[in-house]
This record gives sequence, structure tokens and C-alpha cells, in this order.
Amino acid sequence: MSLGVPTAMQHGLQSCEGCGLLSRPAAGAEEGLCPRCDGELTFRKRDSLQRTWAYLIAAAVCYIPANVLPVLTTTTAAGSESDTILQGVVLLWSPTGWPLSLIVLFASIMIPSAKILALGYLLVTVQRGSVENNEQRIRLYRLVELIGRWSMVDVFVGAFTAALVQLQPLMSVSPAPGLFFFAAVVVLTMLAAESFDPRLIWDAASVREVRHG
Amino acid sequence: MNARSSAEGHNQPVADRSLIACLHCDLLQRLPELAPGASARCPRCNKELWRHREDSLNRTLALSLAAVVLYVIANAAPMLSLNAVGHHASTTVFGGALELWRDGREIVAGLVLWTAVVAPGLQIALMLAVVLGAHRDPVPRWVGTLLRHHPTARTWSMIEVMLVGVLVALIKIADYATVIPGRALFALGTLVFVFAGIQATFDARDVWERVEWAARPQPSAAADRLTEATS
Repeated sequence: MSLGVPTAMQHGLQSCEGCGLLSRPAAGAEEGLCPRCDGELTFRKRDSLQRTWAYLIAAAVCYIPANVLPVLTTTTAAGSESDTILQGVVLLWSPTGWPLSLIVLFASIMIPSAKILALGYLLVTVQRGSVENNEQRIRLYRLVELIGRWSMVDVFVGAFTAALVQLQPLMSVSPAPGLFFFAAVVVLTMLAAESFDPRLIWDAASVREVRHG
Repeated sequence: MNARSSAEGHNQPVADRSLIACLHCDLLQRLPELAPGASARCPRCNKELWRHREDSLNRTLALSLAAVVLYVIANAAPMLSLNAVGHHASTTVFGGALELWRDGREIVAGLVLWTAVVAPGLQIALMLAVVLGAHRDPVPRWVGTLLRHHPTARTWSMIEVMLVGVLVALIKIADYATVIPGRALFALGTLVFVFAGIQATFDARDVWERVEWAARPQPSAAADRLTEATS
């Protein structure tokens, strides 16, 4: 056997991410169009590693102001007070409110940082040509894709708290600068996950098996 | 009569239509014939390759119509109202985005509008159009064009996330004011389940198999040497 694990790329075939059709590009061509759905075809997502790194670094940069700057400002007759995301979690902690407090802690603080670390780990292992833990790495990628959207929770909390609590002159709540950076982290990490091509995880193993097979 | 042919950049499809590559690991494999309800997974990375849904089009159509009704209620009715010291205030989904805009957070307002109103609306509209179009024979090309963009709308449609956000906001405000959940909140809660139902009944492969192609496949040319390579 000359080929250990047959991949589409080794056979010069491209599969369409839109409709799933397998097709062959013109001789020598790296790119083509799907004959069924007209989608653009490449062997691997274009500049996947560079683009994922770019989004990820941007997300990591925004992560700092997102956590340090306040996300909501509450103005009452007594003055105004600003809360960061972490302070919001603490404020929510009460005998009845603790489950929601945990959800916010999880969605707003754990998920964004875990996502940045997980994608960073995937990028580094792919670039080092790792052939180990492929099953775990693809599972990690799917987890990142699945739970990433939940970080948006705090953006919605901010939006609807501010929309409802407009009891001038008694009390009003308005969004603060941190909310923008927080939303940016969510969007940038989602774009990073989308730019990453999971097939890269397996490519190093395929090459090695061809060599040693 | 197609304007474009494979000579102008369209790939040549493989002759054996059951041959596919896993989108998560690129493993080349043959998709088995599946009985309705059965599913196939990639042997290398365990990605679900296809789940053959039963009576996919009719069920998805019914759920999509329900989604339209719920979506209209969710966006027209008030979602939360508040009573505190003689004040009364209420907000809709759109109101949440509007308030962010007024406070000078235009970009965040745009994001909320996109994820809570526009993307879910697109998701429903695209699905409804696809299912209606797929009832025709042959399935017209525009169905494929719409179906190709459906996953993007689904990625950014965050009704379920918004619902949790609204609940957190509700609990927070309940400390110092009486909060009354509005009709839209119940519509949104139901919509989350309807979306899950659509995902569980819609069979994209079933539509792709019958859609009219962008380029006519040339049956003869270079078919492939692949069949021998993998068998």
C-alpha cells in the first residue's frame, strides 16, 4: 500500500464546504468552483493559520480592556457606579440568583479565555506538525465551535438592562466602554474558530504515514 | 443550457456520487445508503457525515411556518416591562439594540440587532424558501444558492443565548423593581425549541441531491482514476 490514509487532497480532490460534493479542479489548479452549488473550492481553507492567528491575537488584545473596563454604569440620585464583568458576577450572587451568577461566570469569563487558549494550542500543535492526540484535538475544536456563542450572554444582559432601567431621575443604567471590547472578543474568537481548518490537524499524520507506510 | 461550463473554472465532479471526503479530517470514503433515521459517522474523526431524516421537507416546512409566527410575535410584542415607584417602562427585542445605539454604542447595537433580530429572521426566511423550493421538481438553482448561505445565518442567530441574557437581566432588575415578562419572552422561549426541531428534521443532503447544478457535469471527461485507488 502506497497510501496509509486516503485523503481527498492526496487524490487531488476538493470537497465543497457548502454542499459536500467531491470534485476535481482543472489540472494544476489550486482553486476551483463547485459545479453543483457554485461555491469557491480550495484544498484547505485559504491562509487558515495566518487568519486564525490574526483574529486570535486581536481577541487576546481586546480581552484585557473587556475585563478591566466597566461594562455598565448605574446612575442614581446618590451618584454613579460602574461595574466590570466580574463585579456583575459577584453582584448577582445571592441565595436565589447563584445559578445565573455561575452561568455568567462561565459564559463571560471562562469561555472566552478557554477559547483563546484552545485555539492557540491547536494553532501551535498544527504548526509543529504534531501527530499526537488528533482525536482529542478535533474534539477540542468542535467544543470551541459549539460553546463560543454563549459568551454573547453578557452583551445581551447589558443591552436589555440598559434598555429597561431608564427611570430618570431616580435611576438609569447605560452601557460602558468595556461592553464594546467584550463584544469584540466574542466576535473575533468566533471568526478565529471559523478561519481554522480542522483538516490541518490530520495533515501531518497523513504525510508521515505516506513516508513510512 | 448553462451559461458557465467546467471550462470556466468549475471543477469536474467525481463519477461515483457516493464518494465523499470528511470536512473535518479530509478522509476519503464511501457514504453508505442509509435507512431513514440512520446516520453515518467518519471512521477517523467521528464527525457525523449524514443523518437521513424522515419526511424531512414536510416536517421542516411545518416547523418553519411555526417559526415565522413566533418570530413576528417575538419582535412585535413587549419582552420585559418594569414597575418601580410609579414608573412604568417596557422594552422589545429591538428596543435593546436601540438603547445601545442611543447611548453611543453603535457597533454593539449593530451586533445585538444582527444576532437577535436579523440573523434569526434570515435563518427562518432562508429555510422556508429552501423547503418551499425543494418541493418542486427539479429543485431550482436558487434553492442551492440560498441553502449555501443558511449555515452563516445559523451561526450568528443567537436567540437561545439572548434568552439566557434576558433572564439574567430580569433577575438583576428584580432586586429593586417589579419585572413582568412579556409575551415576546414566551414566543422566544418556544422559538428556541422550534429552531432545535428544524435542525433535527432538515436534511440538507436530500435537497443537494436533487438541486439543479451550477454547471452541467460532463459525463465522460477524465472521470477519475480514483475509484480504483480507494476500492
